[in-house]
Amino acid sequence: MYLRLSPDEESIKDIFDSFFDTECSIERVRSSEDSGFDADAWQRFVETGGPGMCLPEICGGGGADLTTAAIVADLLGRYVAPIPFIEHVVATRLIASLDQNNADLPQLATGELIASMALQPLSESTEIVPAGAVANRIIGFRGGEIIVIENANNASPLRNTANLPIARHSFDGGTVIASGDKARYWYQKARSEWQALMAVALTGLGRKAVDIGVTYAKERYQFGVLIGSFQGIQHGFASAITNIEGSHFLSSRAIAALQENANRGEQLAGMAFLFASEAALNAAATSLQYHGGYGFAEEYDVQLYYRRAKGWPLQLGDPGLEYQRIANLYLPKEGVH
Amino acid sequence: MDWSFPPEAEEFRNEVKEFIAEHLTDDVINSTHDGTIHNWEFHQKIAERGWLGGAVPSELGGGGKSAIEMAVMIEELQLAGAPIDGMGVAIVVASVVLELGNDHLKETLVPKLLSGETLVSFGYTEPDSGSDVAAAQTRAVKNGSEWIINGQKMWTTMAHIADYVLLLTRTNPDVPKHKGLTFFIVPLDAEGIEIQPVHTMGTERSNATFYDDVRIGDEWRIGDIDGGWEIMKAALKYERGIAGGQFPSPPLIDAFIDYAQKTTAPDGSYIIENPVVRERIVRSLIDVEVCRGFAYNTAFLASEGVMFGVEGSMTKLFASESYKKHSKWFIDMAGVEGLLYLGEDDAPVGGVIDEHFRHAPVTTIYGGTSEISRNLIAEGLLGLPRTR
Repeated sequence: MYLRLSPDEESIKDIFDSFFDTECSIERVRSSEDSGFDADAWQRFVETGGPGMCLPEICGGGGADLTTAAIVADLLGRYVAPIPFIEHVVATRLIASLDQNNADLPQLATGELIASMALQPLSESTEIVPAGAVANRIIGFRGGEIIVIENANNASPLRNTANLPIARHSFDGGTVIASGDKARYWYQKARSEWQALMAVALTGLGRKAVDIGVTYAKERYQFGVLIGSFQGIQHGFASAITNIEGSHFLSSRAIAALQENANRGEQLAGMAFLFASEAALNAAATSLQYHGGYGFAEEYDVQLYYRRAKGWPLQLGDPGLEYQRIANLYLPKEGVH
Repeated sequence: MDWSFPPEAEEFRNEVKEFIAEHLTDDVINSTHDGTIHNWEFHQKIAERGWLGGAVPSELGGGGKSAIEMAVMIEELQLAGAPIDGMGVAIVVASVVLELGNDHLKETLVPKLLSGETLVSFGYTEPDSGSDVAAAQTRAVKNGSEWIINGQKMWTTMAHIADYVLLLTRTNPDVPKHKGLTFFIVPLDAEGIEIQPVHTMGTERSNATFYDDVRIGDEWRIGDIDGGWEIMKAALKYERGIAGGQFPSPPLIDAFIDYAQKTTAPDGSYIIENPVVRERIVRSLIDVEVCRGFAYNTAFLASEGVMFGVEGSMTKLFASESYKKHSKWFIDMAGVEGLLYLGEDDAPVGGVIDEHFRHAPVTTIYGGTSEISRNLIAEGLLGLPRTR
């Protein structure tokens, strides 16, 4: 048991921290709000080797594990970075798991091609897909088959709450790359990886949202005193950061369980995702509230966090359905007759 | 980050589970329902295994159990709903005495504490000082070679079955409040002590204790005169990691799932089939997993020798607040039967749902209220200004 980053992990964190600081500053985030994607930042990310870091070396990747991806996901959340790192990592890992010789893998590993996936089994003729406006390859799961659609990146982005590069796609005419139990297993695993990495990102987002609010509360005077000296405000922040800290531990355990292929990986990933979704939104909403009217103003950064805290996890659909899915993993479906 | 337990901790977990299966009988659980939160027989079985002494730091002459093994033991005992308050008290007091006590206290007290023969009640709180514990007014005055003690303590839980009280007194009223405190370990059979029961909304009995010209020798003093705050800090230090309180919900959740599978709602469907019930159970299970993260983190910090503070406050805040929420959900979901007392014929799962609902509020109060925890987190973690 060792619950800190190792020295190697600390260096990786430092490298990507300075990457995000330069390429995904809050000014850059704001300037890419229309598309939800900063192509220059992605290009620089490609140069760091980030897109393929968690692919096996044999596929042209960096051979790093999910724990390393989590270090980047945490920073992605902290900077609310407009690059589709999480979708790309889980979709490319899925493709590599099914076929190490897939012809797209070399370009997916470098990040010249971007991949994403639909996060629920397909039921309609078209679906709104995360990173659907920028991904070149998109994975869907329908009728026990994994389907890939190509050259999808000409889709128009849909304007949305969180400035996400989402777009609607039809999966008709896609290529089937797996079917049966194998398809079901790997699709679910990729979905769990997305949930766990998103949980980590939301935790980073929530922690930064509290930072922003606490910084403001240490500068803003009302009634002749710093608003940060009011217990009502202190207690709201204390509860918010406690939930974020809990979310940090749970998402980290989910990543570890998936990494080890532990049989609780799917449950913990789902749980971490649901908990982080609420903790992040609570953190951003608390912070926004304590900004007073300024929190509502576009000029202040906290609103960027508030909108993303809702939008990022909602790409998976109604969380109520996810609670029911987790319930079915744990609980008997019927009474004892 | 590595969340895996070392092999010896996993082996120890199995040993604790086997111990629970053998010794945590229905009789033991039932004995705690009458208001006595302690069970001597179970406590002594733990002592016989050497687990009380094992928890005392090795540099103090105890040892054998790592911080992570202790965390595993406390987790398993809580998951099973075992009475462990007495265990925590024994370990904390023995550790404090071994670190800071005189030879008399070491010889008189420690062997009997670690063999599970005796208990010490905590005498910190007073009618006029709860969270503001350093404002204690119970007076101790030196008179030749002895001390004369006058005052009153509240919430001296287990005093009616304990042999001693760890008593916080004021020895100097003329200095800042933290600097005029002295601790004694007072035998409860000393003349002038009266113990009165305080019955609670929960099923627990606590006590108020009264001290009227109680005379004890200086050998019962622990720590320096006016140095009581050092003893308080030491007690808090040893409480970390073994105080429990991280897993109050699992026995309630387990009991409810069992009930919900066997019981129908007014519309004839089984309670377990209701999506609202299922979501709340999942939310409760998620909170328990969050508590695990907090508990394992504090165990890790303790194993590294880190003196953590805020981490303990966050753990306590989250675990007790979420438990209180769960206790409200589950009594709702049991319907009107959820109201029934222990022992009533139709009381769900033996009446424990009502029992948890009535017990839960005290957990966000004792051992540092949620409000004090939030103050500590705001100051210690977020760097916000001190407000009191």
